[in-house]
Amino acid sequence: MKNIIVIGNGMVGYKFCEKFVAAQTTGFTLTIFGEEPRPAYDRVHLSAYFEDENATKLEMAPASWYTENNINLITNNRIVDINKEAKTVTDQHNQQHTYDYLILATGSVPFVPPIKGVEKEGVFVYRTIEDLEGMIAYAKHINQIKPNGKAAILGGGLLGLEAGKAVMDMGLEPHVVEFAPKLMPRQLDARSSKVLQLKLESMGIHIHLSKATNQILGDEVITGMEFGEDDILETDMLIISAGIRPRDELGKSCGLKMGIRGGIEVNNRMQTSDPYIYAIGEVALYNQMIYGLVAPGYDMAHVAVQQILGHTDITMASDIDMSTKLKLIGVDVASFGTPFMPADKGLSIIFENKTQFLYKRINVSLDGKKLLGGIMVGDAADYSMLHQIYLNGMAIPEDPAQLILPASEGGGLLGDIMDLPDEAQVCSCESVSKGQICNTIETGAATDLAGVVSCTKAGTGCGGCKPMVKDLTEATLKSLGIEVKDHICEHFDFNRQELYSLIQVKGYETFNEVLDNHGNGGHGCEICKPVIASLMATIHADTANKEYAIQDSNDRFLANIQRNGTYSVVPRVPGGEITPDKLIALGEIAKKYDLYTKITGGVRIDLFGATLNQLPLIWKELISHGFESGHAYGKSLRTVKTCVGSTWCRYGMDESVSFGIELENRYRGIRAPHKIKGGVSGCIRECAEARGKDFGLIAVEGGWNLYVGGNGGANPRHAELLAEQIDNQTVIKYLDRYLMFYMRTAKPLQRTAAWQERLDGGMAYLKEVIIEDKLGIAADLEAEMQTLVNKFECEWTQAVNNPEMMKRFNHFVNSKEEDDNLVFVPMREQKMPQQWQ
Amino acid sequence: METFLSKYTKTAPAEVTTWFKAASVNDFPKDGGACVKYKDKQIAVFNFERLNQWFACQNLCPHKLEMVLSRGMIGDHQGIPKVACPLHKKTFSLESGENLNGDLPAIATYPVKIEAGFVYIGFSD
Ligand SMILES: Cc1cc2nc3c(=O)[nH]c(=O)nc-3n(C[C@H](O)[C@H](O)[C@H](O)COP(=O)(O)OP(=O)(O)OC[C@H]3O[C@@H](n4cnc5c(N)ncnc54)[C@H](O)[C@@H]3O)c2cc1C
Repeated sequence: MKNIIVIGNGMVGYKFCEKFVAAQTTGFTLTIFGEEPRPAYDRVHLSAYFEDENATKLEMAPASWYTENNINLITNNRIVDINKEAKTVTDQHNQQHTYDYLILATGSVPFVPPIKGVEKEGVFVYRTIEDLEGMIAYAKHINQIKPNGKAAILGGGLLGLEAGKAVMDMGLEPHVVEFAPKLMPRQLDARSSKVLQLKLESMGIHIHLSKATNQILGDEVITGMEFGEDDILETDMLIISAGIRPRDELGKSCGLKMGIRGGIEVNNRMQTSDPYIYAIGEVALYNQMIYGLVAPGYDMAHVAVQQILGHTDITMASDIDMSTKLKLIGVDVASFGTPFMPADKGLSIIFENKTQFLYKRINVSLDGKKLLGGIMVGDAADYSMLHQIYLNGMAIPEDPAQLILPASEGGGLLGDIMDLPDEAQVCSCESVSKGQICNTIETGAATDLAGVVSCTKAGTGCGGCKPMVKDLTEATLKSLGIEVKDHICEHFDFNRQELYSLIQVKGYETFNEVLDNHGNGGHGCEICKPVIASLMATIHADTANKEYAIQDSNDRFLANIQRNGTYSVVPRVPGGEITPDKLIALGEIAKKYDLYTKITGGVRIDLFGATLNQLPLIWKELISHGFESGHAYGKSLRTVKTCVGSTWCRYGMDESVSFGIELENRYRGIRAPHKIKGGVSGCIRECAEARGKDFGLIAVEGGWNLYVGGNGGANPRHAELLAEQIDNQTVIKYLDRYLMFYMRTAKPLQRTAAWQERLDGGMAYLKEVIIEDKLGIAADLEAEMQTLVNKFECEWTQAVNNPEMMKRFNHFVNSKEEDDNLVFVPMREQKMPQQWQ
Repeated sequence: METFLSKYTKTAPAEVTTWFKAASVNDFPKDGGACVKYKDKQIAVFNFERLNQWFACQNLCPHKLEMVLSRGMIGDHQGIPKVACPLHKKTFSLESGENLNGDLPAIATYPVKIEAGFVYIGFSD
């Protein structure tokens, strides 16, 4: 048995374990030490923690994964010393551990420049979950003590801009301070940097360039930054993101060869100056460089594993691709290959449009045949393809400008994605090639995008390659003759969203109009009919009575069909608030018609066992007692569950019941792609379980936190934070927009959770659409919702008052008799249908 | 239950001995169905207006033996007129009675004729 010890359970240390497990070898024990309190997590997506504060979601693998794979994971323990000669390491509890091979994967720490006052309260770095927890708590504190708090970020690089967006989302005014005269100095040229600056400023991020910080102002707590004598920026918080320094102290103390400016030197086998000690990730100095990106670190992990297993021919490439695409900040920025081109080495083609915050530059070889690199700001949709053309040295058009010009000007000639060579590395984080992706489909291992992702892990790292993985999946399916369509069914070559626009634009009012004008010549079916019925309801505020033969089973009879063909009846009880008189009325009606009675999961009262003929009779009585349809049968708003809130509760921060009732009454009756549930909790104890709902509100100091996209059911999912500390009116405004946007764009029978999960651009995009109105549709969404709200009509009241509509509630057309097939048996003092045979 | 199912047998137009006058055409929804009582039978009748045709079949879904087919949605599958059971969306050809999306036993279908605004269903008993 040989002992391998890994120091550092970060992204790269974890990747070493994963690659080691995948190699399926025996004869080794593997132990990994991590100083942080939890197993390795996805640092690249650290900013996602601001959205939901969910650390588990970021885990690379749960602690149980290590156990299952016989890896000894020791967290919360720092290695303090290495003895190369004895081949031992000492941990912080002074325990010694022997190794045969030692892997240093200690990563890096943020570089904190020696500025006077950096130790003051309110100054943060941005590297670990604990850093973020500190920032979140501090930002909350600022928001509580003053209305327009500010936060500064020191460093206008990749990370600094991400931090800028994060503090903006926390409700603070962001100020990015950069020493260089341009943003992202390592990746962008001066012009693109200017375009980016304009765009960021238009989003509300303030940019301060060419600023050297002399000192941090304030007594104990930061109050500002001083650049020059009269040059001061007031700020309540500072996040330092001024680069990284390798955590090389162990290498230094045990005498490994170090770089002049730090980092532990390694060869192309990832070996340090001691052949039994390897270094990988951000601590490793390879080719005199520290690579601050995760993909090269993963490659290093792969090389180290192979070397230890004796595959000494597998070494690190000499050229490391440093291409990057900025994520999460609401503006596309990418740079690849050689972004700046000395004039004697190549030629540049530049396209700039400041009015649209667009900049694209490509650099080609002097003979115009090869793509050498480029920069894109404002629109990086073609980044993956250009990056691949560059990486694989593929041929480019005779006029290379066509690669970046808009299609309308003869551009858009990127070539076919299937022309990429099989070896082309599509996902650099997980090292997945085009060939591997296509292969999973060709062999039948996967049949769709989700399958490809789970087979290959492509797209699970930084996520930058996702669009390309999707395109490759679709192109491969197509090449196999498998059509990828999301047509709603065989009768229409359109998806739900397309039909939505058609109906809205053309103003169709009946199913036949839509089918005759846009169908495939068939006669519809149980799939397209309810979809179109729902669209008509959303667009024209129709009730299900209008064209009842195209309604789904339940909508057709305005009740939930149960397993023996009888129905259940659920009147609306908004927010779960009900008077004793109404409770008595429900009881009496249930008794009169001998209905099985139960409280539902949505805290209303459900009466089961009504025959078709009884439905209108029961409803007439319910309506006379002031009830209305609860739409329990529809793909529409069900309930808004509430806790009792500040009306009674000694912890309540706001009136959750009142607001719940208001919301339930506002959205009652609207038809959506699937059912919608809401919840309102009066404080963070969350008794209404609002985060398990499609929309949920939690009262906090200063307003409501609004969460969206939660779900119970088979795939439970917590709703995600859309906005914080907003007032009732703003809640309604955002909810109107959110629900309407969902109703417009979701697939049939897609709950908000699934819709939101698949939304390109994720939560960040959703916020842009709903809060910042990036698409310029917010006013339309609100107006459409308001129309639905204004036109609401209880469809049961409508039905019982209309003899023509009442005709359908008869089991027989030619007899008043009821279904004679029904058999009930007694159960716990009530009744139930006889078991199915 | 078996006897229950066996009450319904496919009836070809040539086998009809009784034309039962069920109801006025106006009692049936367009492109939808309703249920007709004939002796101790329940028959689902569909006015497939888009095809300008009427269909009849047993109201009993052979899947869970509930009297529900008349409440199902109709449409076509690759040109074959069909009904979808409202309980679990099992679909049946309205012409042959065959289960189109599974291997349930076929449902019994019956001939329908329209005379003077009335719907007649053909039975052999
Ligand atoms: C906010 C943010 C966004 C980023 N975005 C991107 C991006 O978009 N694309 C990209 O490619 N990269 C990005 N990065 C960089 C990426 O996260 C790093 O390249 C990657 O995490 C490096 O992995 P590592 O394992 O070398 O270091 P780390 O992930 O830092 O792991 C090192 C671990 O070792 C532990 N450790 C150190 N010393 C010891 C010791 N003596 N004993 C025990 N444990 C020890 C540390 O506590 C740490 O947990 C981002 C980083 C941040 C912070």
